Amino acid sequence: MRHVIAILIENEAGALSRVAGLFSARGYNIESLTVAPTEDASLSRMTLVTRGSEDVVEQIIKQLNKLIDVVKLIDLEETVHIERELMLVKIKTVDKMRDELRSVVDIFRGKIIDVTPTSYVIEMTGTSDKLDAFIATVDKNSIIEVVRSGATGISRGEKGLHL
Amino acid sequence: MELNGAQIVIQSLKDEGVEYIFGYPGGAVLHLYDAIFQQDDVKHILVRHEQGATHAADGYARSTGKPGVVLVTSGPGATNAVTGIATAYMDSIPMVVISGQVPSAVIGSDAFQEVDMVGITRPCVKHNFLVKDVTKIAETIKKAFYVATSGRPGPVVIDIPKDITAPDVKVSYSYPKKVEMRSYHPATTGNKGQIKKAIELLLTAQRPVIYSGGGVVLGEGSQELIELAHLLGFPVTQTLMGLGAFPSTDKQFIGMLGMHGTYEANMTMHESDLILAIGARFDDRVTGKLDLFCPYAKIIHVDIDPASISKTVKVGVPIVGEVKLVIRQLIDGLKEAKYKIDKKAAESWWQQVNQWRSIQCLEFDRNSRAIKPQFVIEQMYEVTHGDAFVTSDVGQHQMWAAQYYPFDKPRRWINSGGLGTMGFGLPAAIGVKLAHPDADVACVTGDASIQMCIQELSTALQYKTPIKIINLNNNYLGMVRQWQEFSYESRYSHSYMETIPDFVKLAEAYGHVGIRIDKPEDVRPALEKAFAMKDRTVFLDILTDRTENVYPMIETGKSHHDMKLRVAIGTTTDRELS
Repeated sequence: MRHVIAILIENEAGALSRVAGLFSARGYNIESLTVAPTEDASLSRMTLVTRGSEDVVEQIIKQLNKLIDVVKLIDLEETVHIERELMLVKIKTVDKMRDELRSVVDIFRGKIIDVTPTSYVIEMTGTSDKLDAFIATVDKNSIIEVVRSGATGISRGEKGLHL
Repeated sequence: MELNGAQIVIQSLKDEGVEYIFGYPGGAVLHLYDAIFQQDDVKHILVRHEQGATHAADGYARSTGKPGVVLVTSGPGATNAVTGIATAYMDSIPMVVISGQVPSAVIGSDAFQEVDMVGITRPCVKHNFLVKDVTKIAETIKKAFYVATSGRPGPVVIDIPKDITAPDVKVSYSYPKKVEMRSYHPATTGNKGQIKKAIELLLTAQRPVIYSGGGVVLGEGSQELIELAHLLGFPVTQTLMGLGAFPSTDKQFIGMLGMHGTYEANMTMHESDLILAIGARFDDRVTGKLDLFCPYAKIIHVDIDPASISKTVKVGVPIVGEVKLVIRQLIDGLKEAKYKIDKKAAESWWQQVNQWRSIQCLEFDRNSRAIKPQFVIEQMYEVTHGDAFVTSDVGQHQMWAAQYYPFDKPRRWINSGGLGTMGFGLPAAIGVKLAHPDADVACVTGDASIQMCIQELSTALQYKTPIKIINLNNNYLGMVRQWQEFSYESRYSHSYMETIPDFVKLAEAYGHVGIRIDKPEDVRPALEKAFAMKDRTVFLDILTDRTENVYPMIETGKSHHDMKLRVAIGTTTDRELS
C-alpha cells in the first residue's frame, strides 16, 4: 500500500543521505522524496512516498525514527490529509492545437507560464493522480519535458507536525 | 581554559573518563598525537593494524560495559577501521571512533589519504559526526559518548579535519556536563498496559520458556533476569550473545538455542506455548526457517529498540524499554498478582524438557586418539575454574567454546556474533586483558581465524597483556569445510590451506611462548602450564581432530525441531518426542 510519510529532520549536512541510505540499505522503495527547510531554519521537512505491506511500512517508520537526526515523523495515511504535487510540463505546440491545449489546461486548473511560437510551459499542482491524468490527455509526442516535485502533504485540521 | 583543537579532543576524552585509546597515527591525526604525547592521563595503545584497534576497543567495551575508544588517521586508517566498526554495530557495542580527515579546505578534492568516512560508515554506525568548527569539538564528543552508550548502544564515528585540531587556534574549553538532543530520547520503563498483558500471559502459560539475548548483558539486567527466572521457574535458553547473563550451571538453563543450540533448547522453543524474549532480536541464526518458527507460541518481546520488535517474527506483546527496568516491572507485577508456579503444569513441562535433555546432544567421543576440540574447551573450563574471560574468532571453535564453556557471569564471553568477523579474538583479548589485568583471558581461535589479525601478537608484547591463545588447529577452514561436507557432497573448495605457519615459531618470533600439542593426554598439562605463566602470552597450537563437526546443527531452511545430531550417540535427525 502507498504511504506518505512526513518527516521533521535536523537541517544538517548528510541528513538527507541518512534517509536515502536507509532505504537502499534495507531494500525499501522510495516513490518520491521532497525536502526543504522549514520556518525553523534548523529543521528540514521531508515528504516521502513509499509502497509496501503493512509490516514493511511499520519497519520503515521504526527505522526512520531510529535515525538520530529524525526529530519527528507521521504517517499521513493514518490521518485525514491533503497532498499536492507541483508539475512543470514543456509542450511542443502547433497553431491549430494551441487553443485546444489552453482549454485542457483550464479544465485542470493549470497555468501557462511561458510561451514561445512553438511551445508552452504549463504549471500545474494537484494530487499525483490528477497530474498523471493531465499527462495522459496530452499527445505523448508533443511533450518535450516533464518536471515533477514529488508529493508533499499536510494533515487537515488544527493538529500539525511540529516540535 | 584556552586550548587548541587537539588538546580539546584529548581533554574531552579525559573528562569523559576514558582510560585507553586504541589507535594508529598518520598524517591527518599528527596534531592529536602530539597532544597525546604531552599528557599521561589517557593511555594510548599502539596496535599494528587499525582493525585491531577497533576489536581491542570492542573487547574492552564488552568486558567492562564502558565505551571503547579508537583513534585512526584518514583514508586507509579509516577504511581499515570499518570492519571493526561494523562488528561493534551488529552486536550493539558502545564505541567512539575518532578519525582524522584531510584539511577542510581540500575535502572533496581527492586529496592524499582522503576518503568520505562519514559516508562510508553511515550504514554501520549508530550515528556519525563531521566536526567543522573547533568550538564544536567538546560538545560533539559529549554527544558521541551519550549516543554510543545510551539506548541500544552502538559505535559512533567523529571525523575531524586536520585544520580543526591545528595547534595555533586556541579557544576556551569546558566539557559539557550533560547533553540534550531533541531528536533522541531512548526508552526507559515499559508501557504499563503492555506489562499487564504480559503478566496475564505469564500467569497462564503451560509450556513457557525464557529466551534471552545480548541485550540482557548490554543492559546490565543479569541479576533481574536471574530473579525473574527463579520466580517463574521457566526453562531458560540464551542466544550466543546472551551467554553468561543467566548462569549456565543453573538447573533451569537448557543451553544455547539456534543453529548450533542444544537439542533441549530448540525443542523447548518449538513446543512452547509462551516465549518471553528479553533483549534478543530473533536473528536468522536463532529462528531457522521463519514460517516454521515456534508454531504454538505466543510471544512477549522486551527490547530497548522498537525496530527490533516484529522485524522478522510478529510478536503479540511488545514491550519497549530498558531490560533491567522492564524485568523489574514484570517481577513487581507478578508479585502483586500473587504469582505461584502452577506445580502440575510445571512438572509435566519440565519432565518433557528433561527428556529432551537426556539425549545429551553435546556428548562426544571421549576415547578418541585424536584430540577432540570439545575436550580442549572442557579442560580449559576446569583449569580456569570457569572464571576466565574467553574471546573467540569465528567458526567451529567459536561454537565449541560457546557450547562447552558454561559461562556463569555476563561479559565473560566475548565474540563477534552478528557480523561474524574472523580476526576478532586476538585483539579483543588484548582489550579485555587491559581492562582486567588480574583475570585469566583466553582467546579460543582456529588456524584460519588467528591469521587474520596475527600482527597484534606484537601489540600484546609491547603492552604486556599476557593472554592465552588456544588455537584449535584442524588445518581447515572448519566451518566452511563442515558446510561443504553437508551441503556440497564434500567438495572442499578452498577450505584447506596448503601452507600454514609454524605457530610455535611464530609465537616465539613475536616474543611469546609457543607450545604444540598433538596428544590428548598432553592437553591438560599444557593448559595448566600456560595459565600458570601469569606474565607471558602463551600460544597453544593444539592439533585437533581434523574432521570433527559442530553438532547439533539446524541446516539452512530447517526449523528448530529438525536438527542434525551427532550420529555417534545413536540419535536421529527428526526425533519427535512430544
